[in-house]
Amino acid sequence: MKIRAQVAMVLNLDKCIGCHTCSVTCKNVWTSRDGVEYAWFNNVETKPGIGYPKEWQNQKKWRGGWQRLPSGKLEPRQGGKLRILASLFANPHLPEIDDYYEPFTFDYAHLQNAPESKTPPTAQPVSVLTGKIMDKINWGPNWEDDLGGEFAARSKDALFEGIQKDIHATFENTFMMYLPRLCEHCLNPACVASCPSGSVYKREDDGIVLVDQDKCRGWRMCISGCPYKKIFYNWQSGKAEKCTFCYPRIEGGQPTVCSESCVGRIRYLGVMLYDADRIADAASMADEKDLYQSQMDLFLDPHSPEVQAEALKQGIPQSWLDAAVRSPVYKMAMQWKIAFPLHPEYRTLPMVWYVPPLSPIQSAAERGVLGKNGILPDVKELRIPVRYLANLLTAGDEAPVLNALDRMLAMRAWMRQKSVHGTENQDVLDQVGLTAAEVNEMYQLMAIANYEDRFVIPGSHKEMVEDSFNEKGACGFTFGNGCSGGVSPQGLFGQRAKGIVHRIDLPVSRKQAEVE
Amino acid sequence: MNDFLFGIYPYIALAIFLFGSLVRFEREQYSWKSESTQLIRRGQLRLGSYLFHIGILMVFVGHLGGLLTPLALWDALGVSHGVKQMIAMVAGGVFGSMALVGLALMIYRRVSDARLRAMTTWRDKLTLGWIGVTLLLGLSTILVSRDHLDGHMMTLFMAWAQHIVTCRPDAAALVADAPMVFKLHMLMGMTLFVIFPFTRLVHVWSGFGTASYLLRAWQVVRPRQ
Repeated sequence: MKIRAQVAMVLNLDKCIGCHTCSVTCKNVWTSRDGVEYAWFNNVETKPGIGYPKEWQNQKKWRGGWQRLPSGKLEPRQGGKLRILASLFANPHLPEIDDYYEPFTFDYAHLQNAPESKTPPTAQPVSVLTGKIMDKINWGPNWEDDLGGEFAARSKDALFEGIQKDIHATFENTFMMYLPRLCEHCLNPACVASCPSGSVYKREDDGIVLVDQDKCRGWRMCISGCPYKKIFYNWQSGKAEKCTFCYPRIEGGQPTVCSESCVGRIRYLGVMLYDADRIADAASMADEKDLYQSQMDLFLDPHSPEVQAEALKQGIPQSWLDAAVRSPVYKMAMQWKIAFPLHPEYRTLPMVWYVPPLSPIQSAAERGVLGKNGILPDVKELRIPVRYLANLLTAGDEAPVLNALDRMLAMRAWMRQKSVHGTENQDVLDQVGLTAAEVNEMYQLMAIANYEDRFVIPGSHKEMVEDSFNEKGACGFTFGNGCSGGVSPQGLFGQRAKGIVHRIDLPVSRKQAEVE
Repeated sequence: MNDFLFGIYPYIALAIFLFGSLVRFEREQYSWKSESTQLIRRGQLRLGSYLFHIGILMVFVGHLGGLLTPLALWDALGVSHGVKQMIAMVAGGVFGSMALVGLALMIYRRVSDARLRAMTTWRDKLTLGWIGVTLLLGLSTILVSRDHLDGHMMTLFMAWAQHIVTCRPDAAALVADAPMVFKLHMLMGMTLFVIFPFTRLVHVWSGFGTASYLLRAWQVVRPRQ
């Protein structure tokens, strides 16, 4: 048994309000640079919708993730190693930038500098790619926000698999939910496996998947390899870039920027212990519906004295084991079973999990009464089809999702009775197999969601591998250039100067106007 | 002048090629990349890139094998000089044309698209242009070679190349009487190695380096560092 630890995340979709604060703070920190204007390491999609990039869930089209060969072995869906090497000259499954969107800014200066005119001046959109005025913006990172656009376009959503989707075209039957997405920092990442230069790697100590920017050669096989399309090609630097799980913050024991800034307090960070020796077996289950369970079987019980002793022996620090015991992720995924991996059928064993959202009871308005399943409302009558959620979280297996929704409804019923009538309704808990202690803890973690309960991050132990005394004085006042890359606008080998070069000073049309 | 260009310049070019690559790999590895523009616009890339890369790689292997394989080995194999020259002309012609067509497609793709035009740097233009002219010169040597099919000229170039790589003097004298088109092709070709470390051409090293991908495990895990 090879025990490894990972800082994993859970997002409680039941509380996501789709405010995009996570996306915006992430962008300000990580992708407000040249070449990644179009990239959103974190984005929030409205579902149903085709998402960002377009139709990312359609793996028949993009061929991301893994496939199980008849022999039982796994290989990337885009092909084996020889096939991948043969695709270096032109990757047949690479999205074009228009599949994300053409990055744009606006000609704001025109608002101030325009000559006097009868009509007020406008700031026209300017393409960041060409520096020219764009006629029209046709797509953006969040074009389908709150069900924007017609149903026919949005219904290409791959999650409608097995659902009579035409029913949901009508206003009465429409439904929506938000899906915030980031890199899944998988246990079996397809991006890592697809990289011919070995530049994408998983960190052993905290499980974060990163791209070694020096070693990346821009072969771009990782971009098609990732089924979540969460590795991006920086078209200026020619390198792959991805969500870093804010590793400098995680190392310091702080939550990621998206988690910290989440207004709805829907994000949870905690340590998970798992057995790295069984990863390949867990990802190779014959039936896709078994993958959720097989990933859960990988996780080790942090309360078990044997696991703790073995983990210590293998070099996992005590502070990490303590954090694993308090891990909100372990509670939600393993103890209460209300959190699920995103698309387990991609066989990547993702480590960002989701609590499915409740939704209004579909038929309540029609019949005037709620359908009942025992004491609880029947979750099958929720407005969001359970099959839709199951397609997202459990490879189409509805039972675990139903169980989770039932438990969340039970928690509400229990708390309502407790706070309104002052009584404890044990029946409602018996129906979903929870104890009063468990449901109280669930309420504390999910509804109250205190900062220190949501984020249990032990911080890295750099002292185990480096002598920070030597880091002192490594950069700053030195005998030479210090941290500077030089003063030339472009180096000897064509490397860019440090910092942002604003590509667009003025749109071409206005340059001409100024000349005249 | 001939002595310098064909006796000394090859060493200068090789030195810049090898040391330049080494220095760039060591000091500026972040700048070491293929600089793909596929994300921005696919266009004719698929056809163009495959034609060009397969063509140019085969041309490279052909030059390497054709010039550096000792003449004695060909004789021992019973391949006459005339036959070997014919093989070189046909293979070079086919793969050189492939590379040229591919290159033309890729240049057309860059020029015809506003986004790619805006992205294209002078280094891209230099690289593509230089390879293009070298290819054209190389292909036009075939026309000259038609006039002397006995393989004599070819053996001179082989001797020159082998003298150069084995550091024997008087290499330049061997090609002193070669037609101008050959000499131009050789100079352009050698200079390609000079600009190599300063352009995206360095990705060729990494292309060969990807062979190590076949040997590694699917997953890469780095310990705490």
